[in-house]
Amino acid sequence: MYKIARENLPALFRRIAADQELYLPVKVSGQVNFGAWTEDAQVDLDTLKSVKSPKDAFFPQSENLYTVVKEGKKLSVHPEKLKDQKFVVFGMKACDVKGLEVLDRVFLSDPVDTFYAARREHGTVVAMACHEPEESCFCKVFGVDCAEPSADVAVWMVEDVLYWKALTAKGEELTKTAEELLEDADAQEEAKLETEKAAIREIVEKLPYSNLSLEGWNGDALSEKFDSPLWETLYKPCLACGTCTFVCPTCQCYDIKDYDTGHGVQRYRCWDSCMYSDFTMMAHGNNRTSQMQRFRQRFMHKLVYFPANNDGMYSCVGCGRCVEKCPAALNIVKVIKKFAEDSADKAGGEQ
Amino acid sequence: MSIEAKNEFKPKIVAFCCNWCSYAGADLAGSSRLTYPADVKIIRVPCSCRVNPMFILRAFEKGADGVILCGCHPGDCHYSTGNYYARRRMTLLFSMLDYLGVENGRTRVEWVSAAEGVKFSQTMNEFVEKIYSLGENVRLGDLRCRN
Amino acid sequence: MQELINRIKELLADGTVARALGWRAGDLPYNPEPAYFETAESLQDFVYNGFCGANLSKYMIEASKLEGRTLVCLKPCDTYSFNQLLKEHRVDREKAYIIGVGCKGKLDIEKIRQQGIKGIQSISGAELTDEGETLTIQTIYGEKTCAYKDAMLERCHVCKGKEHKIYDELIGESKDTKDAERFAEVERIEAMTPEEKFAFFRSELSKCIRCNACRNVCPACSCRKCVFDSVKFDSSQKANVDSFEEKMFHVIRAFHVAGRCTDCGECSRVCPQGIPLHLFNRKFIKDIDELYGEYQAGEDAEAIAPLTSFTFDDAEPSIVGKRG
Repeated sequence: MYKIARENLPALFRRIAADQELYLPVKVSGQVNFGAWTEDAQVDLDTLKSVKSPKDAFFPQSENLYTVVKEGKKLSVHPEKLKDQKFVVFGMKACDVKGLEVLDRVFLSDPVDTFYAARREHGTVVAMACHEPEESCFCKVFGVDCAEPSADVAVWMVEDVLYWKALTAKGEELTKTAEELLEDADAQEEAKLETEKAAIREIVEKLPYSNLSLEGWNGDALSEKFDSPLWETLYKPCLACGTCTFVCPTCQCYDIKDYDTGHGVQRYRCWDSCMYSDFTMMAHGNNRTSQMQRFRQRFMHKLVYFPANNDGMYSCVGCGRCVEKCPAALNIVKVIKKFAEDSADKAGGEQ
Repeated sequence: MSIEAKNEFKPKIVAFCCNWCSYAGADLAGSSRLTYPADVKIIRVPCSCRVNPMFILRAFEKGADGVILCGCHPGDCHYSTGNYYARRRMTLLFSMLDYLGVENGRTRVEWVSAAEGVKFSQTMNEFVEKIYSLGENVRLGDLRCRN
Repeated sequence: MQELINRIKELLADGTVARALGWRAGDLPYNPEPAYFETAESLQDFVYNGFCGANLSKYMIEASKLEGRTLVCLKPCDTYSFNQLLKEHRVDREKAYIIGVGCKGKLDIEKIRQQGIKGIQSISGAELTDEGETLTIQTIYGEKTCAYKDAMLERCHVCKGKEHKIYDELIGESKDTKDAERFAEVERIEAMTPEEKFAFFRSELSKCIRCNACRNVCPACSCRKCVFDSVKFDSSQKANVDSFEEKMFHVIRAFHVAGRCTDCGECSRVCPQGIPLHLFNRKFIKDIDELYGEYQAGEDAEAIAPLTSFTFDDAEPSIVGKRG
């Protein structure tokens, strides 16, 4: 266990950024999102959640796949280079790290997504504990411990001292890079950290969503949930925007598109949203024709289809970003609760 | 495009011309042997009112350095009133571009009749000169269209 | 609120309306959602407080296609949007029963969070009947207070007034919450140098994630198929490759609603990245006012919109450079 004073963090960032790219929460025009570190970037480690999840660092909202250049009648294809330089993502939260596990399931299983795999291989994740979890958080429900993030390096900020603990070989390597800035933490400080962790877990217990029950949501519940009449009322306020999907740390659907550059074509992929009318549109048209179906897709995917194909793992990590950002105040928690209420009503009726 | 070619700035200028007046004006300029720079690419439209603000932005997106819209003089529209609507639209659009920090010489509206070959050629010469002085459009283009 | 619920019950019971469109209490103190109520029992979840910022007039487009009349609760500023939709034949007046609900300014949870208030358990002072000027917020991290004014949505600071422009009946009192100049921010930007303007908008728009929330919530954006949803258009929809796309999207969107935008402020309210999108719309409104005479979209359902009319002596586009 190492430590570094808060005021020395800029030096630490400078040191890390000296030989690799460093992404961390940066405030731009009042909003915190993950961005590249620069001397004048406004680093913000105090805001609990970045607006967009840090999944961008591994699965960018938009990335080029290849470029076709036309010269006269000759076409040449230039594949995009895979990530081949090391980089660090600093300040991810435990839920965001869990989000990467979900993405790994999708992109690292056969056929492997080489763009994603290259980024995962070269990226080192420094995860930070959540000292003041908020009312929209429900990571505990998905077995995430926000007091003890598991990444390459875990860090805690207690009383303006950052505690640093490497957990993997990649983490050790990064620690070595920053060695001259890190000091050893003594046993007393380690004890203090344990007290802090206990305090965090105590707060988590008090959060309104921490006792949310996922009972009934699993890979086997397919037809029961799919055919439920509840969707018809649940989706009503939905505006069909993509906010929930674009702030989500686990949403992984993308679209591949071509852009005409005037002298060729740029083929790129960009995040897609199941809320959009052209989602999975094919030559025959669209297989989901109403907003109810699109809305249902999102929650069925996270709570039923994904666990069915991934040993029971849900593709929600309880970060609560959709809870905070949905313009119509809809979210996955309301969906889960509504289903629970309904089955309680039914059970009550039978007695 | 090679590096040498890039050093010398050759502006790309799009001129939307109304079929009934300005396009004929351009024709007259040609048949009268009046000159205007080859940097101007004319796109013929049925009426100045056909030009949607998106056309202007699309032209910039795809690499134009200046966009000019030419239509019939107010009162002379082939469809009676098209250019009056276009005038309001373009005024608001240009004002918005100015608000976004785009140099306001990059866009222009000029009324050119079928008899004004001289005016057409003069306008184009002036406009191209203006764009030369402003240089490459870096604030409104799509980077993918550049290299 | 009880008066409102009772009246809705009456209207549902006597068959005047088939359903009511209002807000259902959320599971957190600040997240009520727009909802339809069809029975007296379902109204137990009905809520109307400071967090009911959502403008329900857009939902009336869909409701107009349903069987029977729909009761809709509209705040004073929402009635402008309804009028505008009526003018564009997107809603059916016969299918709507409008209850003009009182409004004392709506709250923005983001503004509360910006004050460092987190772990919110309950909020008091947000009810319409509350006379106080302060919100008392119970959080996991202790009790916090916040002035009501400091938690208000931007649009409420430039309130268009407490008068409902269209309604069948009124319930509840309204308050004019205006305490700022509507065009002050626009003027501040106009006074910048081109470099500053460009830097300002680049920084704001760089946050855009193309979620389309601003478009989808906008009562003036009522096209069945948006130009940005066209698959033939190569800088459409969700793509977020080049900074130009956001600029194009927001300028074109603002232009499409120019002269029709009532300045209801929903776009800025819903933006997950807090982009002040109203600055685009308001620029158009200011220009229209200055060049073509004062015009407030949605003031009535008849007036001809500024972009579908003209005068012979309108300003030439070159005025933009001359105004300086």
